[in-house]
Amino acid sequence: MDATVAEMLSAADPWIRWDWVASHGDVILQRLREHVELTLITLAIGLLISLPLGVICWRFRRLYPPVLGVTGVIYTIPSLALLAFLIPFTGLTTTTAVIPLVSYTLLILVRNVVAGLDAVPAEVRDSARGMGFGRARELVAIDLPLAIPAIFAGIRIAAVTTIGLITVTALIGEGGLGQLILDGLYRDFRTELVIGTQLCVVLSTVVEVGFRGIERALTPWAGRRAP
Amino acid sequence: MGGAARAVKFLGDVVAYFTSASTWSGADGIVHRAAEHTGMSVLAVLAGVVIALPVGLALGHTGRGGALTISVSNLGRAVPSFAIIVIAASVFGIGAEPAFIALVALAIPPIVTNTYVAIDGVDTDAKDAARGLGYTGGQLLRRVEMPLALPLIMAGIRTSAVQVVATATLAALVGWGGLGRYIIDGLATRDFVEVFAGALLVALLSIATEVVLAGVQRVIVPRGLRRAAVGGAGAGGEVATLPGVAGAGHGAKR
Repeated sequence: MDATVAEMLSAADPWIRWDWVASHGDVILQRLREHVELTLITLAIGLLISLPLGVICWRFRRLYPPVLGVTGVIYTIPSLALLAFLIPFTGLTTTTAVIPLVSYTLLILVRNVVAGLDAVPAEVRDSARGMGFGRARELVAIDLPLAIPAIFAGIRIAAVTTIGLITVTALIGEGGLGQLILDGLYRDFRTELVIGTQLCVVLSTVVEVGFRGIERALTPWAGRRAP
Repeated sequence: MGGAARAVKFLGDVVAYFTSASTWSGADGIVHRAAEHTGMSVLAVLAGVVIALPVGLALGHTGRGGALTISVSNLGRAVPSFAIIVIAASVFGIGAEPAFIALVALAIPPIVTNTYVAIDGVDTDAKDAARGLGYTGGQLLRRVEMPLALPLIMAGIRTSAVQVVATATLAALVGWGGLGRYIIDGLATRDFVEVFAGALLVALLSIATEVVLAGVQRVIVPRGLRRAAVGGAGAGGEVATLPGVAGAGHGAKR
């Protein structure tokens, strides 16, 4: 009897129990998949909004400060609060999770789109004009490709930011690695907590390293200068 | 009821919530919760400054250990604040202490990184000139490096403070008070009026933190250096300082 209690205590203590990990591979993988899916949805929508918004801000410069101001204020609001704002209106749904996540990416992405377009050398643009490029063609064929390093840096930063923030959306039942952390808290079971946290760090690192690779591959002319 | 009518009724309930006297007083009242939240955040940031500033100054002054500092800080950025709070609770139990420890841990990296980058980046000519005038290492640090680095150091403290205020909200999850209580308790009881009111208070406190510290930064930084301040005015300046673009340390979004 005493031995059992002692066993239970020592079993509750360790930071990681590999036997649990081995027998719960499917749960862990599912949480990881949910996390990656929500990240991809967020980035896709964020980019869909930010790319045109960034181009518009760059073309019509007067719009840029107010856009920065609004997205900056949203960025200052803590994730849990922004989620909580939406719950009364959109309920405990994926929409409620995605809106704040996308909102946070806007500041990062728009800034990097504008910074990237700004960095296009004037001579290159002049040459394009001299070759008879129209504005639209110049944007698609010259400006945007040259802005790729900055845009990709933006996507990378937005991705890493989103991966961390998604843990909070577990609170409204969106699953993901945050659910492992939350379950670990409620069950007082450290293994889940550690696995959830570790996988977040691993996922961020993979995205960081992977994106830097993509950035380099997409911009062979940038050499080692890429941001 | 249609969606619009429901929204109007809901906002009416929120107004009723805020106008009720019991909402404001007592241990679970807004006055007490806001004081808890602010007090905890101020203490955590002060502790963070006391620990991080000397480290950043030493690293920047000697110019050693910078790469390591930035790597450690970047790794810290990848750990969700949510996880840091829960881990602290798992180690130290539930209540104010684990929340404080987690918040201090979060406050440190942006201050160390920004201070290091700021001191390390002080114009070499200015440093050489000071050495030529016979300044000792300590004099160089106090009279040349620190004043020139002040805008970036302040930016680091500001980033850190905004993060701490945001994460203190999550501390309600591990049994501490603060304004996050309303959101967590409201979620648990499906009282969305309370959730919304809590969100509003947390958002206001976060924006106030940003605005107040931007003001402090403007007052403290000598006029001649103000142009050097990254970002400068308004909410969302440094919070969004882009790593890799700005080069300086920054905080993760919490």
